[in-house]
Amino acid sequence: MKKLLLAVLLGVAGTALAGEPVLINGAGATFPYPLYSKWFSEYNKLHPDERFNYQSIGSGGGIRQIVSGTVDFGASDAPMTDEELAKKPDLVHIPTVLGAVVVTWNLPGVTALKLTPEALAGIFLGQITKWNDPKIAQVNPGVALPDKAIAVVHRSDGSGTTAVFTDYLAKVSPQWKQKPGAGKSVRWPVGLGAKGNEGVTGMVKQMPGAIGYVELAYADQNKLPMAELRNQAGRFVKPSVESTTAAAADVQLPDDFRTSITNAAGEGAYPIASFTYLLVPKNFQNPVKGQSLVKFLWWATHDGQKFATPLDYAPLPKPVVEKVERKLKTLTVQGKPVALGSSK
Amino acid sequence: MRARADTPQPAAARPRVNRGDRAWGLILSALGGAVLIIAGGIILSLVRVARPVFAEVGLEDFLTGQDWDPLSDVFGALPFIYGTVVTSVLAILIALPVALGMTLFLAEMGPKWLRQPVAFAVETLASIPSVVYGLWALFVLVPWLRQTVQPFLGDHLGFLPLFSGPPLGLGYLAAALVLAVMILPTIASVTGEVLKTAPVAVKEGALALGATRWEAIRMAVLPHSRPGIFGATLLGLGRALGETMAVTMVIGNSPTISASLFAPGYTLPSVIANEFAEAAGDRHTGALAALALVLFGITLLLNSVARLIMQRGQRKLQGRAA
Amino acid sequence: MNGSLLRRKAVNHLLTGLCALMVLVALLPLVSVLWLVIKNGAAGLSWTFFTALPRPVGEEGGGVGNAVVGTLYIVAIACAFGLPLGIGAGVYLAESRNGLFARGIRFTAELLAGVPSIVIGIVAYGVVVVPMKRFSALAGGVALALLMIPTLARATEDLVRLVPGSLREASLALGVPQWKTSLRVVLRTAMGGIVTAVLLSIARVAGETAPLLFTALNNQYWNLRPDQPTSTLTVQIFNYAISPYEDWHAKAWSAALVLLLVVGVLNLLARQMTRTRLKGAR
Repeated sequence: MKKLLLAVLLGVAGTALAGEPVLINGAGATFPYPLYSKWFSEYNKLHPDERFNYQSIGSGGGIRQIVSGTVDFGASDAPMTDEELAKKPDLVHIPTVLGAVVVTWNLPGVTALKLTPEALAGIFLGQITKWNDPKIAQVNPGVALPDKAIAVVHRSDGSGTTAVFTDYLAKVSPQWKQKPGAGKSVRWPVGLGAKGNEGVTGMVKQMPGAIGYVELAYADQNKLPMAELRNQAGRFVKPSVESTTAAAADVQLPDDFRTSITNAAGEGAYPIASFTYLLVPKNFQNPVKGQSLVKFLWWATHDGQKFATPLDYAPLPKPVVEKVERKLKTLTVQGKPVALGSSK
Repeated sequence: MRARADTPQPAAARPRVNRGDRAWGLILSALGGAVLIIAGGIILSLVRVARPVFAEVGLEDFLTGQDWDPLSDVFGALPFIYGTVVTSVLAILIALPVALGMTLFLAEMGPKWLRQPVAFAVETLASIPSVVYGLWALFVLVPWLRQTVQPFLGDHLGFLPLFSGPPLGLGYLAAALVLAVMILPTIASVTGEVLKTAPVAVKEGALALGATRWEAIRMAVLPHSRPGIFGATLLGLGRALGETMAVTMVIGNSPTISASLFAPGYTLPSVIANEFAEAAGDRHTGALAALALVLFGITLLLNSVARLIMQRGQRKLQGRAA
Repeated sequence: MNGSLLRRKAVNHLLTGLCALMVLVALLPLVSVLWLVIKNGAAGLSWTFFTALPRPVGEEGGGVGNAVVGTLYIVAIACAFGLPLGIGAGVYLAESRNGLFARGIRFTAELLAGVPSIVIGIVAYGVVVVPMKRFSALAGGVALALLMIPTLARATEDLVRLVPGSLREASLALGVPQWKTSLRVVLRTAMGGIVTAVLLSIARVAGETAPLLFTALNNQYWNLRPDQPTSTLTVQIFNYAISPYEDWHAKAWSAALVLLLVVGVLNLLARQMTRTRLKGAR
């Protein structure tokens, strides 16, 4: 038996040396995971020799893993902080797509809901504890809100979705800014924790009375309702690909792409939208992996964009794509630039 | 054999045999010693990863801190220790009477033919993987708690802080129940062994003097078995404290301390399972390793005490027999 | 007098009934778990379930073939490390009965058997993942091996001790050196029991999840490279269970059924072997 095992191990090691497909490991954000898993699957069909193994462990984990070098690329919705970047200054943010963080709930019979920024902050601060609270009922005439306790569901892991959501709450609620504050994981005053966008969606779906925040695609795929939020212009806006795109309309992207587009000013802008990023080193040491990864990034930000809308992500606006192109051309493999098609 | 035939003097052959034996002894000692090396390695690697936190926060502040905020490097272990202790102790309170009742029935009261199949069932219960219990708890136990048990308890006993709050399903109670199921086999099998060793003479004497079966058990069997049952409880507790997956799936992942059993909480193993892969920076990793060290310490202590108690019980028994 | 006797009898009946009830209470979860795993899991079992890769998030269909293979692979790695060490340590314990060193090892092995598996996961992370800078099947295998060693060592010790001293003495008296006696006579005699112990410990580690979460991590593809992240059934069940997708929930139940079947067959096999061995001994 032992000999057999040994033989298996040796055999495996043998095939490993014989030049198998390129294996590229990535980890991070759950926010774009539905799209990324589609991308990696489609890209693998085009390039059967290149396999991208992506684990959606949360943006916090993505940053940690790429900084410590246990993965080949990371992914995060929240741009890395200066402090994080100081630990590994040669990392580059590549925006891949735009997404919206939606507020979803589980109340049988209640399929539409409007929320003001104050009500939203109040719920997640634990000050509004019943569904029929006047602060919610006020803007929802005609909706039969039950006298039921609100069960807040938030992320238990370090999350870019949380960072985007709390970044928004800190902008609209002075009290939020002071106490829990904004970040990938905050000290929640109330609620249950769930792992990943998958976990929050799963928990909300299972628990009547629950409210949570997830990426648009997760709510849509699971046919969960999404709240209309009042934006800076005073209008209630439904989360959608269009309103997400509108949120990025006026954005002035800095050269390193790190920016926040929550609480955007536009009339039709959904207030909790965000870019999501892949994190890669400026210069790749491994020639094979580097080539594959840069080429994949080019594909994702060009041909790959067509998969975004069906999955409820907003494609990158044209000026951003052009900027990304310039950035991709500065990436190097062992000090040498990668040959990339100027167009598709 | 042939080598020995070639050498005329048996005395010359002997060292060769000894060399084989010596090598064999060395190999075995090395393999045995590996156990010690592993144990040392476990402690060393945990301490090494955890050190930055103890150096920075201090052991006492770490153990008594109530806030867990990895992003601002605030690490307090108390909510996790609290959650672990509450769920495990509650699990024992649920599982012990069940296990004891069951083993008493099988050993002293019920028909003999029942023993074998029930023992097999309990073994099966022990062999089900934790994650399968978690799956079952998440989709069967939790909805049942949320829709039936918690509203009932809340309506009738809601004035107690223990049963206050909205019925979420997830939380301390769910975790304790699934833990109770999982440690039941541990407690039952050890208790069963202990009951088997109860002196028959005293029990039969009591029965002969007109005691009812229960009185005989209470007077003859239980006092004798008490240390063993206590040891079984500690072993079960040790198992419950370290149980990870099933608890992680139903505890609610909230690092808070609440009196209500309906509230979501967090345990030491769960927070490690959820956060370790994504812990940002040495300090967060260190804090999680420190939690593991706390867990390691508690289980080590419990297991040592349990073994000592049971060994002493056995020795006493042997002394009596002699 | 009469009343008190009646009361005593009533108490007796009441407590007997209560204890009988406890048997039912204890068996209820078992019935519930088994029934629901079979009910919810059986429908999803198909050829594709074992042969296909998982589909992208939210798309239905696909399978968990890579996780089935991954679990087998990681368990094989665990055996490669765990069996020689565990069995060897057990033989050592049995052969050198009462030295301080041996007693220390025995006690340590007993305590190690009680260490939570999640703690072992951190150790494997520190020992394998950090230096290799990558999650890997190897790291998962090492974690599972660490879980195997203490229980296997104690079981082996007990089994080797069961070998009658007369056998050993007969062999030594025939001039067979000690080491050959150990290997050829003692170990061979105990082998049936040791194989049973091995089967049981494989059944146990195959169901482990916690120590794999941050060692083997996961992988969407087939993987048989020891230095790459690898999918396992248990981690897949966890991920699928907490997800919102119905299709994934169904897959989690099916995977749980597969896991229970594997564990059950291993346990039954071990039981059967024990039974025939005992009969043979008689």
